[in-house]
Amino acid sequence: MLIPLSHYLVVSAMLLVIGIFGIFMNRKNIIVIMMSIELILLAANLNFVAFSGALHDMVGQVFTMFVLTVAAAESAIGLAILVIYFRNRGSIEVEDVTLMKG
Amino acid sequence: MIANLAFYLFSFILLASAVMVVTSRNPVHAVLFLILGFVNAAVLFLLTGAEFLAFILAIVYVGAVAVIFLFVVMMLDVDFVKLNEGFQRYAPVGALVALIMFIELVFIAGNWAIAPAGSADRMFPTPEHLTSSVALGSLIYTSYLPLFQLSGMVLLVAMIGAIVLTHRDRQRSLHQNLAAQHARTPEQTLAMVPAKLGEGASLPPKQTQKETL
Repeated sequence: MLIPLSHYLVVSAMLLVIGIFGIFMNRKNIIVIMMSIELILLAANLNFVAFSGALHDMVGQVFTMFVLTVAAAESAIGLAILVIYFRNRGSIEVEDVTLMKG
Repeated sequence: MIANLAFYLFSFILLASAVMVVTSRNPVHAVLFLILGFVNAAVLFLLTGAEFLAFILAIVYVGAVAVIFLFVVMMLDVDFVKLNEGFQRYAPVGALVALIMFIELVFIAGNWAIAPAGSADRMFPTPEHLTSSVALGSLIYTSYLPLFQLSGMVLLVAMIGAIVLTHRDRQRSLHQNLAAQHARTPEQTLAMVPAKLGEGASLPPKQTQKETL
């Protein structure tokens, strides 16, 4: 691999931290929270791929594919829940969602 | 080195667009920056030699997930100004947590080493003479076939779940209601009116029962 592994690790650590920061920043806006979760999963994928390249092991790439699958399923279901929640209540305020506890 | 320059350039754009995703006021802009970030992450994947995953990232994320996000953001009529109210209040706490976490991660990243005999423990070493797509394909269709099928099932469940969740029966649409049709009796819809000679028939008052087709 041309680029040292530690560079990739720093980039993905920064990406993860930005995602966590985004969850804290946009506590009311659930769409941006879901985008931050996508960023966090992207950081995990970047780590997997970087280690796979550095260690010359294919399993990292296989696992990245599974993470991609789960991330796509998660965002599809999450956005569907968001749509029906908005249809029922007319807002997507995260603080109102606690009413779903019943 | 061109590869190093490309790495720094694309990772800088990736991190900058991630910051813009998190901080932009307009969620449509946030989604567009998310797309930009995914494209740059795909280029970083290419630089490690994982070209199949790079294209999967571009296709699945940019083509599907980000478009779903854009679709939902544009479809929901949400007052986003009100949603962004607590921005300044939460920023210091978030920045503190993020900073502490980043420092911890840097400590971890700076203080580890791969064991000298670790390369013997690799499960499936990357073949030298094959491209990444061929190597990945020959792995997921043999050793990882059950997991691969299961991930397909995960996508199927997600698809069916999203459809079931968002499907609603519109009352205005003209569906055939077989139960109501079969339960109809002649008395509900039919009235016998005896007509007198020379006067004609007068209609009985209309039944108020709602007609169901």
